[in-house]
Amino acid sequence: MDNDALIQVRGLKKYYNDGAVKAIDGVDIDIRKGEVVVIIGPSGCGKSTFLKSLNLLELPTEGKIIFEGEDINDSKVNVNIHRQKMGMVFQHFNLFPHMTVLGNIMLAPVKLKGISKEEGRKKAMELLRMVHLEDKAEEYPAMLSGGQKQRIAIARALAMDPDVMLFDEPTSALDPEMVGEVLDIMKELAREGMTMIVVTHEMGFAKEVGSRVIFFDSGQIREENSPAEFFAHPKDPRLQEFLSKVLI
Amino acid sequence: MAEWFHSIADAFNRCFIEDNRWKWMLEGLGNTMIITIFALLIGIVLGIIIAAVRSTYDMNGASMKKKGGLSYVLLRIGNFICNLFLTVIRGTPVVVQLMIMYFVILVNVTNGVLVAVIAFGINSGAYVAEIFRSGIMSIDEGQIEAGRSLGFNYIQTMIFIIIPQAVKVVLPTLFNELIVLIKETSVAGYVGVMDLTKAGDKIRGRTFEAFVPLIAVAVVYLIIVIILTRILRIIEKRLRKGERR
Repeated sequence: MDNDALIQVRGLKKYYNDGAVKAIDGVDIDIRKGEVVVIIGPSGCGKSTFLKSLNLLELPTEGKIIFEGEDINDSKVNVNIHRQKMGMVFQHFNLFPHMTVLGNIMLAPVKLKGISKEEGRKKAMELLRMVHLEDKAEEYPAMLSGGQKQRIAIARALAMDPDVMLFDEPTSALDPEMVGEVLDIMKELAREGMTMIVVTHEMGFAKEVGSRVIFFDSGQIREENSPAEFFAHPKDPRLQEFLSKVLI
Repeated sequence: MAEWFHSIADAFNRCFIEDNRWKWMLEGLGNTMIITIFALLIGIVLGIIIAAVRSTYDMNGASMKKKGGLSYVLLRIGNFICNLFLTVIRGTPVVVQLMIMYFVILVNVTNGVLVAVIAFGINSGAYVAEIFRSGIMSIDEGQIEAGRSLGFNYIQTMIFIIIPQAVKVVLPTLFNELIVLIKETSVAGYVGVMDLTKAGDKIRGRTFEAFVPLIAVAVVYLIIVIILTRILRIIEKRLRKGERR
């Protein structure tokens, strides 16, 4: 076992309807600190379910998810504490519409970490500068474009100082011209050494910043390789077929 | 025509001025308002509790079942009781509930207004519970996921994220429940409470004038409801403005 591993997944399974549907069918993987793991695969292959089971938003049917040395799928473990260390970014942003941008970012650190509002605001403004949206601090989410919303969502997740960031198709709901601004932020995060697990259809992103690329199909990891090898010499026939269908 | 006006004025005089009978109307109106307001307060408290149990069971039941334990058993029992309560209360007429409360359950309580408050409060609780629950369920599931992913537990997610949004959705419907409730309390006379309707009826009995007092009662209800509807429209407008979608 790798001592460097931040997350170790062992024998992860997620079945629906008493096993009739196998969304995740036996997955083992280690995620090391500082890695950017990109997960690709056809829709409905279980990659989003896999990502959401890492922080138990989807409850696995069985298996272990060892995060920082503790199996968080153990029913005796308080997963809420561990989730504070696992930031998540969603396809549909899921910003809180009843709060300003600043309110969205400050909420969790102030309520969960017990820092003062002033401190929370300072931190939020720093994060807003990082995503180049400091002028939107007092706006409500409804006033923002999709790309802006997603950058705020990233800032909100970062506000808890997570050890890993989970991205669930962060650019899939965006207009094409807004994809770049979100990917730029993610690239910057990767450069700063953030551990990231990214479910995406952005092959360019996978090639450029991925430390490893994983092909998911029928709830299983079909192929796993460095981006260069992965795209140049795919071995799994289904991956070959998949890559031939998507524009790179 | 003049003769008709004259007879109406005469009836009006006998119905409201003579023996200060307008005071009955005032007393009746007072009781109607007291019953309505306190019943709605009880209904809101009861509704929040029931909605909390039911929506927690709907949203968290599966994951809690997996973990098992006492809390799941309690939640399941709670959910069963709530469902039974909703079925019984919504499945029987409020007049019958009121009479059962007055003549059977609270037979030792002589204060009719108090009994009416309790009976209408319980009745309204069942409807308010479903209003709240539908409000909570109308909030996108992604909001819960976002809250939970930040590390909030279920209750914190509800308090900071879901309920503030649900209240906005629910406010117009809740206000509508108030309008319905005011009119429903008109059966309070069945247990001897002198509400607005009963006051009009009492005047009718004394004066043998039916037209004037009953129309007067109807007009008073109508005015209250029109005022409340106006307020409701203002609230709805404000909410729409705040939405900015």
